[in-house]
Amino acid sequence: MSAIEGIARTNYAYLDEQTKRMIRRAILKAIAIPGYQVPFASREMPMPYGWGTGGVQVTAAIIGPQDRLKVIDQGADDTTNAVSIRAFFEKVAQVTVTTHTREATIIQTRHRIPEAPLGEGQVLVYQVPIPEPLRFLEPRETETRMMHALEEYGLMHVKLYEDIARNGHIATTYAYPVQVAGRYVMDPSPIPKFDNPKMDRSPALQLFGAGREKRIYAVPPFTEVKSLDFEDHPFTIQHFDKPCALCGSTHSYLDEVVLDDRGGRMFVCSDTDFCEERREAGHVGELGVPA
Amino acid sequence: MPKTAKATYYGAFADAVLDAQAAFRGLMDAMARPGRIHRFAELASPPAPLSPAQGTIALTLFDQDTPVHLTPALAASAVASWLSFQTGAPLTADRLQGRFALVEKGVAFPALSGFALGTQDYPDRSTTLIVELEALAGGPERCIAGPGIDGEATMAPIGLPEAFPALWAENGAQFPRGVDLILTAGDACLCLPRTTRLLG
Amino acid sequence: MYVAVKGGETAIAEAHRLLADRRRGPRDLPSLTLAQIAGQLALAVDRVMAEASLYDPTLAALAVKQARGDMIEAIFLLRAYRTTLPRLAISQPLETAAMQIERRVSATYKDLPGGQLLGPTFDYTHRLLDPALAEAGDEAADVAAATRRPSSGERVMRVSDILDGEGLVEGDGHFGADHVAGDITREPLEFPMPRDTRLQVLARGDEGFLLSLAYSTQRGYARTHPFVGEIRIGLVEVEIDLPELGFAVSLGRLRITECQMVNQFKGSAKEPPQFTRGYGLVFGQSERKAMAMSLVDRALRAGEFGEDIVAPAQDQEFVLSHADNVQATGFVEHLKLPHYVDFQAELDLVRRMRADYEAKRADEASDEDAITSEAAQ
Repeated sequence: MSAIEGIARTNYAYLDEQTKRMIRRAILKAIAIPGYQVPFASREMPMPYGWGTGGVQVTAAIIGPQDRLKVIDQGADDTTNAVSIRAFFEKVAQVTVTTHTREATIIQTRHRIPEAPLGEGQVLVYQVPIPEPLRFLEPRETETRMMHALEEYGLMHVKLYEDIARNGHIATTYAYPVQVAGRYVMDPSPIPKFDNPKMDRSPALQLFGAGREKRIYAVPPFTEVKSLDFEDHPFTIQHFDKPCALCGSTHSYLDEVVLDDRGGRMFVCSDTDFCEERREAGHVGELGVPA
Repeated sequence: MPKTAKATYYGAFADAVLDAQAAFRGLMDAMARPGRIHRFAELASPPAPLSPAQGTIALTLFDQDTPVHLTPALAASAVASWLSFQTGAPLTADRLQGRFALVEKGVAFPALSGFALGTQDYPDRSTTLIVELEALAGGPERCIAGPGIDGEATMAPIGLPEAFPALWAENGAQFPRGVDLILTAGDACLCLPRTTRLLG
Repeated sequence: MYVAVKGGETAIAEAHRLLADRRRGPRDLPSLTLAQIAGQLALAVDRVMAEASLYDPTLAALAVKQARGDMIEAIFLLRAYRTTLPRLAISQPLETAAMQIERRVSATYKDLPGGQLLGPTFDYTHRLLDPALAEAGDEAADVAAATRRPSSGERVMRVSDILDGEGLVEGDGHFGADHVAGDITREPLEFPMPRDTRLQVLARGDEGFLLSLAYSTQRGYARTHPFVGEIRIGLVEVEIDLPELGFAVSLGRLRITECQMVNQFKGSAKEPPQFTRGYGLVFGQSERKAMAMSLVDRALRAGEFGEDIVAPAQDQEFVLSHADNVQATGFVEHLKLPHYVDFQAELDLVRRMRADYEAKRADEASDEDAITSEAAQ
């Protein structure tokens, strides 16, 4: 059973060094060409494709013992997939984990950008399902690659404008396309468009990993990230009619929670750390209790 | 031969995994913040004329999958066998084949357009040049701007040729194609990705 | 008062405990050994090895056991392990003409050098459930041991070589001398993809997906006029070249299934009328997969032969981007992960659009009322 004995050992941060070098080289090129999707030889990870394998590979390639890692899914630290990924890195990279946005050096995220402003020392790693912003307009990789090469983004504008013609406004609410540093149109991952403005000129380094689709891309710090729009229909973000029921915040993204079978609803911050910090600071919403 | 052999087999990281991680993190931050000087804490000790910073970057990024271009002097020195042994990277005389290129201190600054610039649809397939200079600070101040820089920043390396602004502007004009530059001096590096503009 | 749901960590740990319990099943029954799985569910083990691209029956058996018999889960387990292994060397091409044959059939020649050899096939079994197998206990006594016929020494020629002798089949497919075979586990897919990497994608592609695509070509979605030139199953040597020694050394033997499909071709501007080939090669014994692969391979070569690309099986990006079941299952199943942030955004949008719609209808209705009342007046 020598084959069985050999299977328990894996390298620091799971990936072998050759794989890490390959990913690291891709990250450097991604930083040098903001918004451009660098193909990389994504590996099978011990979690399924579509569950954050791209983000996990990026994190594994950059993480070290000095890091403090935060993992969120839907803004929350305690969603099961976030818990699972955090536990993975605790185990394979012996890293300190945290739920506090401000304390983290690396934040791996699925579908949200934390509400607290990020700082210079921080790296935000996004899990990306479909990195190609043009994919739903043109399914062929050969075609979309050409469109990026020629900076031919007319199709995207046409699609957004058709929305306006039909609905009076753009009907894209998440994974809202952006243009990075005036050149590449980029998929910001399925974050709500509420979060798009946080990407613009962020002091943090933003890295995007798409494992199944084998792409890595990046937005360097202080880089312009513009949500696509039109002069007569400027980009706007969602707003909520009610404050967070727990902390009273009026400027955070809220999740709707169904309370009963009689139509009872409440809205609470999707960013659990942000909400907790506010409550600890004494903010109380209408259904909350002082911390 | 024995003398060459000794230089070849020594000078790697004390901890191959964690030292490479730390070096990469420094390099990544430097690439993300052009013009900012990063000093490597754990250094490789390559044979001369490769600098410790260059050796550190080589151990961090090179392997069998990355053809490396050397200047004639480096190719003829102990550096060639050191790189082959320590990283497994194939050495290439063809600048267009090099994923990386190493240039030692004191030789003519390389013509950037002679290296792989990538293609319009795969601009990432370009050479990253790692060029050793006299020093990364203390020279004439140059204003830079672009992604990774909050407004404007300055850098003042010693050893860039007078024609550098023109060379660099020509490189930038090819965007998204173009080479990326890692300037090194001793134990430190400073990055100029192709997006960084020299403001004069 | 509302308390947000917490406790993901505990929930995961408890789920894992329950999974382990269900995997083990009734404790009064003995646990399956890997040798039993590898020995008695060998075709399941073969499929796992083939689609995981890792030839190791013991580890594949472990994967089947750990996955509770879920094949794609088992493939995933073995792939995730494979990815941690270094690539030490690249072997010489397998010499399938020198295979130690266990089965070899041709549909194009009644008899041929080396003969037809049925081997361990289900083909002519009557598919009647066998009550004898349902009985517990040792069947060892009832199942006769296989006997081995001494080899005739006759060379088992590949059918393609027979046709090749007449010049009626296209060549074996040559890249230039400086072509380095790609490795889809080390390089991202790039389209259009050359045939070597296409075949790699197909070899680890999902059996069911390839089977259905192959079937579609038979029903007119890119008909290729196929004949089974030959299917052969058996053991082949894997050799690597050691430059230090100056010769190749054998690492061991693999059981593989090879299918060469021969397809009629009327000729094009560039090519004379001849037979063309579709190729399938799979780890272990898996004729269905090898045949499906060879049909899809031929369909994907449409461009090469100047054929119109009209059907899904001919569409490189469609076939090759969707053949991998580990990728497919991950992405399909990821939909069960929380999406409440995005759903909230959509909910808000649909509510607003609905309100606009109702308001517009109300307006129209009141306009109509006004017109009706005007008319009445």
